[in-house]
Amino acid sequence: MKKITAAGLNLHYGTFHALIDVSLGIEPNKITAMIGPSGCGKSTLLRVFNRMNDAIEGVRVAGNVELDGENILAYRDDEAIDILRRKVGMVFQRPNPFPLSVFENVAFGMRIHKLARGRELEDRVAESLKAVLLWDALKDKLKRSALSLTLEQRQRLCIARLIAVTPDVILLDEPCSSLDPVATLKIEELMLELKKRYTIIIVTHNMAQAARVSDETGFMLLGRLVEFGETSRIFTAPQAKETEEYITGRYG
Amino acid sequence: MRDANLVIRNGVNVGFKAVIIVFSVAAVLPLAFILGFIAFQGISALNLDFFIHGSKPTGEVGGGILNALVGSGLLILIASLAAVPVSVVTGVYLAENRTSKLAFFVRWAVDLIQGMPSIVLGLIGYAWFVLPIARATGSGVTFSILAGGLTLALMMLPIIIKSTEETVRLIPVSLKEASIALGVPYWRTILSVVLPASLSGIVSGVLIAVGRIAGETAPLLFTVFGNYYFNADILKPSDAMPLLIFNYTMSPYDDLHRIAWGAAFVLVAFILILNIFVRLVVRRWKIRF
Repeated sequence: MKKITAAGLNLHYGTFHALIDVSLGIEPNKITAMIGPSGCGKSTLLRVFNRMNDAIEGVRVAGNVELDGENILAYRDDEAIDILRRKVGMVFQRPNPFPLSVFENVAFGMRIHKLARGRELEDRVAESLKAVLLWDALKDKLKRSALSLTLEQRQRLCIARLIAVTPDVILLDEPCSSLDPVATLKIEELMLELKKRYTIIIVTHNMAQAARVSDETGFMLLGRLVEFGETSRIFTAPQAKETEEYITGRYG
Repeated sequence: MRDANLVIRNGVNVGFKAVIIVFSVAAVLPLAFILGFIAFQGISALNLDFFIHGSKPTGEVGGGILNALVGSGLLILIASLAAVPVSVVTGVYLAENRTSKLAFFVRWAVDLIQGMPSIVLGLIGYAWFVLPIARATGSGVTFSILAGGLTLALMMLPIIIKSTEETVRLIPVSLKEASIALGVPYWRTILSVVLPASLSGIVSGVLIAVGRIAGETAPLLFTVFGNYYFNADILKPSDAMPLLIFNYTMSPYDDLHRIAWGAAFVLVAFILILNIFVRLVVRRWKIRF
């Protein structure tokens, strides 16, 4: 059973056709990487899965996108969309912690969704920080401002903040593009750890990263999903000519 | 040849720098003189009695500014209570809906209110607040602190709206996205993420607005009117700092002139401290992303 399936997905920004007939299936508890040149629609596709495109004016989406067999494009009321976003969390390109303390950042979602309070809240904050391997470094600094952390720690904190509201799926939109190679490697290790419990989709410009961490890879070009399959096969025996050109650096 | 050129260039450089410094000092000099003069005239009037007594009967020496202090304090309180919620909500709306037609008209209206002469706002205050309040309470007393406070609130609106709009606009979109991506509803995102992050800008806008209205006289003439007796009832007329300065300066008694100078000093000092406070708030609370 696939976690997410898209069929005949089309998306327009005004008159611009950003996603063209995209169909794919995302395996649960695996890391799926989406690669492709800038403007190919991979971030747009990612933002379909948690309906983040709704906020952008002039966006029209057609087709079928199912999460656990339920069509998320059919959601009309805000509450259903808010619940979807709790289930499908997102990590952004630049770490964007709230200007609050470390503790309050992780507690934020739980407080608002009334998931926990008091002792239980503290425990769940600790659990979330442990899951992103920040606990040892920060357990005595929970009251510190999140903005005083390093970029890598901030990105981890953003993941912890998300895990705290118990998602199923984690969307990562170029999560390492503002990190140095060492920090990138650490975040990648974290992803491998997290996939035991979550389904992960990552958009990346870094093909080596896709090759290192992902189980499945999709290559997108000009709004189309050109090729989708097992990562080892995509990188060793691509079927489409465009894929081969892109991964060997001969694109454009 | 080359050296002569260099000498001329250096000469021009020094000359230009001198002009800049002289003009800059000239711009600040009036302020220094005003502050110095008011302090010189007013400081001698200050003592404890000055702050804890109201006005004495005409002809009697002594008395203080207590009535005016209480009146001004209540005016500022009422004006802030009325203006802050409306302005903050409007400011957020303008920042969040940059291109909507309504926002365009609201922004325009805000500019118009800001440009309106304060004496005109005083007349508006008389028509909108003084008369209806008199009708509602049924008492013969028409002028009141409440009417004056609401009129001053009109003057605070544009200042707070603009500072709120500007601050909220500077909040990175990524911060809002972070909250929305956690499944937090839009209104809750504004309340729990955007407003707290904008706090320093909003608070400094409010303080600047308070400083602006603290010395306003014209709107008070038609709304609070003035009162020689102590009054803390917001439905009755009261004295206020600018009104006291106005009335006492117009009187023929030296003693009252002295009190007016003292009151002017207190008022100016209050506004000055408020301004310093604004800077501290901005420096302390401003969040750098």
